[in-house]
Order: sequence, then C-alpha cells, then structure tokens
Amino acid sequence: MNWHLLIAQLLNGLALGSILALVALGLTITFGLLGLVNFAHGVFFMVGAYAGLVTFERTNSFALALLAGALVVLALGIVVERVLIRLFYRRPPEDQILVTFGLAIVIVEIVRAIFGGKTQLFPMPPWGMGATNLGFLVYPNYRLQVIVIAAITLTAIYLVLYKTRLGLIVRAGIDDSLIVNILGIDVTKTLLAVFVIGAMVAGFSGVIDAPIVAVDPDMGASVLVESFVVVVIGGLGSFTGSIAGGIIAGEIISITTIWAPDYAQVMLYLAMALVLILRPQGLFGTEGRL
Amino acid sequence: MSLLEVEKIHTYYGDSHILFDVSLHVEEGELVALLGRNGSGKTTTMKTLMGVLKPRAGTIRFAGKPIAGLPAYEVARRGVQLVPDERRIVPSITVEENLKLAALTAPQAWTLGRIYELFPRLEQRRRNMGRALSGGEQQMLAIARALIRDARLILLDEPFEGLAPIIVQNLIATTKLLAEQGRTIVIVEQNVRAALALAHRCYILSKGHVIYDGTPQALQREPELMHRYLGV
Ligand SMILES: Nc1ncnc2c1ncn2[C@@H]1O[C@H](COP(=O)(O)OP(=O)(O)OP(=O)(O)O)[C@@H](O)[C@H]1O
Ligand SMILES: [Mg+2]
Repeated sequence: MNWHLLIAQLLNGLALGSILALVALGLTITFGLLGLVNFAHGVFFMVGAYAGLVTFERTNSFALALLAGALVVLALGIVVERVLIRLFYRRPPEDQILVTFGLAIVIVEIVRAIFGGKTQLFPMPPWGMGATNLGFLVYPNYRLQVIVIAAITLTAIYLVLYKTRLGLIVRAGIDDSLIVNILGIDVTKTLLAVFVIGAMVAGFSGVIDAPIVAVDPDMGASVLVESFVVVVIGGLGSFTGSIAGGIIAGEIISITTIWAPDYAQVMLYLAMALVLILRPQGLFGTEGRL
Repeated sequence: MSLLEVEKIHTYYGDSHILFDVSLHVEEGELVALLGRNGSGKTTTMKTLMGVLKPRAGTIRFAGKPIAGLPAYEVARRGVQLVPDERRIVPSITVEENLKLAALTAPQAWTLGRIYELFPRLEQRRRNMGRALSGGEQQMLAIARALIRDARLILLDEPFEGLAPIIVQNLIATTKLLAEQGRTIVIVEQNVRAALALAHRCYILSKGHVIYDGTPQALQREPELMHRYLGV
C-alpha cells in the first residue's frame, strides 16, 4: 500500500474525528449533567447545515453561514428546551428517548417538507478550494481548515468549562449534582445554558461538515449514531473523552475505508464493544457512573 | 428565639416512616450532639434539616424563618451547611475548585487564605483532584467547604468516622476551636465520648423518636440510658 494514501486517510480521519468530537461534546455533557439521552441532537447538526446553506446561497459568505448555523440552532435549542425537554429532566430514560426521538422525526419531516428530500451540494467557500502541497502529499485545503476550526472551537469550549463559574458548576454537577445543590447552587439554572450551548456547537459543526458531505434531511442520523459511539468510547460526561473518542472513531472509519469501505461502521462498533468489555466506563469516564 | 427550632417533624423514605414527631432546638453558639444507635434516624434528621429530604409534617425554623420544604440550595443560602457522612468531595475537580465552588453563592465567603491558615494541609494539596485525597484530607475539605461559606449552622454527620486516631484528635481540636469562636454546630457521632466531651447539650434518638434532651454531664449520670440507647 501507498503510504501517501495512508497519511491522507489519517488526516481525513482527524477532520471527521474533530467534527464527531464537537457533536459528541454536546451529547456527553447533557447526558452527564442531566442524565438526558438526547436523540434530537443529530437534528441540530442537520438544521445547522440547512441554515448555513440558505445563508451561503443568499450572501455568498461562509462566515455568515457559520454564524447562521450557530444562531438558528441556538434559537431552536432554547425553544426545544423550554417547551419540551425541561419537562422531561426528571422522567425515566425511556420517556426521554421517546420524546427526543419523536422530536427528531418531526423536525426532519418539517425540513423535508420545506427543502425537499434531495441531497443538495453545499458549495465550497472560495478560501477552502484548492489543495496544499505538503511535500509528499497534496491535500485539500478545506479539510485542513476544518481541523483548525474544530481545534479553535474545542479550545473555546475548554475555556468555558475550565475557566468560568458556569464551567465549574457543570463539571462538578456531572460528578455529583446533589452536593452542588447542598453547597447553595441551583443546578437546574445551568441546564438551559448547557443544553443550548451543546445544540449551538452541533449546528455550527453541521455547517463546517456540509461542504464535505453535502446536505440532506437525514444527515443528522448517522452523525448522531457515530457520536453516541464516541461518547461510549470516551466516557460519559468527559471533555477529554469526547475529543479522544472522536479522533479514535474518525480514524477507525477512515483507515478501514482504505481496504474495506463497507466495514467502516462495523469496525467502529467492534471498537466500541472492545471498550465496553475492557473499560465499561469509557476511556476517560469515571467508574461507577454506568 | 433559638437559631434553629424543629417542631414535630415526620420524615419518610417513600412509604417507610423514619422520623416521628422529632422536635429539637439549637441556640446560637451552641454545640449540640445528636446521638443514637445505627439506624435510629440521625442522618435522616440532618438531611431533613438541610432540605435534602422534605418532612411530610412539622415545621423547621431557622433564624426565625420557616425553611421546611425549601430546596437544599435555598437552605444553604440562608446559612445552614450539611457536612455529609459520605463527605462527597467532588472527585474530578481540584481541592481549590471544591472550595471555590462552595464559596460561589455565599454572601460572606471566607478567603482561601483564611481556610488554608486553618487547614495548611489543604493548601499543600490545593492542586490535587478531589479523588486523590486521603480520608482525613477529605473530611478537612468537607468541613472547609462549610466554613468558606461562613455557615451560621454547621451540621457535621459522623466527621470522625473511619479516620486514624491522630487525625481524629486533630479534627476534634478544630471542632472545639470553632465552637469556642461561637460557631453553631450540630454533630452526629458514633464516638460518643468524643461527642459528649465537645457538646454543650445532647439529644438521643431511638427508632426515629427523640428520647433524651440534656447536658452531657446529666447524661453521664444515667449509665442505664447510655448503655441501652448508645451501647456504652
Ligand atoms: N435511602 C433510604 N431508603 C429507605 N430507607 C432508608 C434510607 N436511608 C436510610 N433508611 C432507613 O432509615 C432509618 C434511619 O436511617 P439513618 O441513616 O437516618 O440512621 P442513622 O442514625 O444515621 O444510622 P447510622 O448510625 O448507621 O448512620 C434506618 O432504618 C434506615 O434503614
Ligand atoms: Mg448516619
């Protein structure tokens, strides 16, 4: 085999992995803090991509498209949390799964009704076209840029989680929300913020990914499933786990694709099964949480 | 007016009735011991005072205002602080973050410096994760979290349990110091001697009923009672 191809696929894996990490972060933190399994999270990714597409077609500005993806999904997240999800925080997981799954179906069908079911190409932004000569390999610019944008976004999330008051409450709340309450903090006040930030990051990721994968109403579903795998591999509620899990998943998918594209998903589930057997709490999860 | 007045509370876990008609009071500056055998309802009483459990009947007044039924975070903001028997140090944040977290909603929070003066060991460990602490360090941190909030009433649930004698001596000295400085404390302890040596007054619980209220001196003149309800 040609090692240039291998390196190209490793970079592809990193680009895919960083997108999965961003989507998984929202999932893992909402789950860690609220115990909420959100099957509608993939929809945020998809709606972000459509908001970005519409904006990009009108304005020809990818920056505005990113902003639109983030803001539209931010607004959607606020409505969804206030009107529906909020009522389900204390309900059993099966109720949460049903309601978020149902919500996902409704939103997907609304999008299909408006935009049709056809796959639409998301034009590459002008600065993303072309390729960079790395010396041994010519690699598409846009994927390198995706890796950089994702790294910047992850750094911003890191700063919120580790350097702010909200972040401290969220990290502590993921470990032990009862003691956080006993120490005078109303954890439920942070739930909206956490849910909405997670949704917004998913919407933003949908826009970033769109020029690579194209846009259709069902694009959220596969990302959601892969992100759940990332959460399981990385460990529930773990920031580091999401990043590590995202990159591992991205690499497994992309490396397997070299030899046997049909088996990429199978390998991913095998890796998840392996983690579940050897380390049920996930690579960076805390024991006893499962 | 007492700082804490508890009148005839009844607390349940689901359908099982645990506290019956429990009444007690704590004066400002007092150190009160709550004693009783395993399962007599001491922890349940402390959790009810903190708002972690809601009494189905009865009233709790703190500083003159009713607090029964308020959520725990609201009770904490009014100046009551439970130091739970499991300590519940947040494992994946640092010692200093545990303290900062505790101080977040306290109107008159102590400085970290003042905490570290009282517990130099915590300063040495301040960058360590909560999960890395020894039992004694965890207990210090658990008490420090109540102090950094400048809680008016501290509820200590078995603070000496499972710790080496030398550390227990240390914590007893700290508790004594806090009491001498006028802090109001309720302590639950299996170590009856230690508790009686510290306390101004004590209650005995048995099967969810208060069956004794008096000074440690008076209690020690009743060996029959001590034997029957405390096993000493
Ligand atoms: N979560 C719970 N659910 C149901 N019953 C409980 C629960 N926790 C405690 N109990 C019961 O309530 C009663 C009082 O328990 P509690 O923990 O208040 O006792 P305690 O005096 O603190 O005992 P110990 O000295 O062992 O700490 C016991 O009979 C116990 O079995
Ligand atoms: Mg107890």
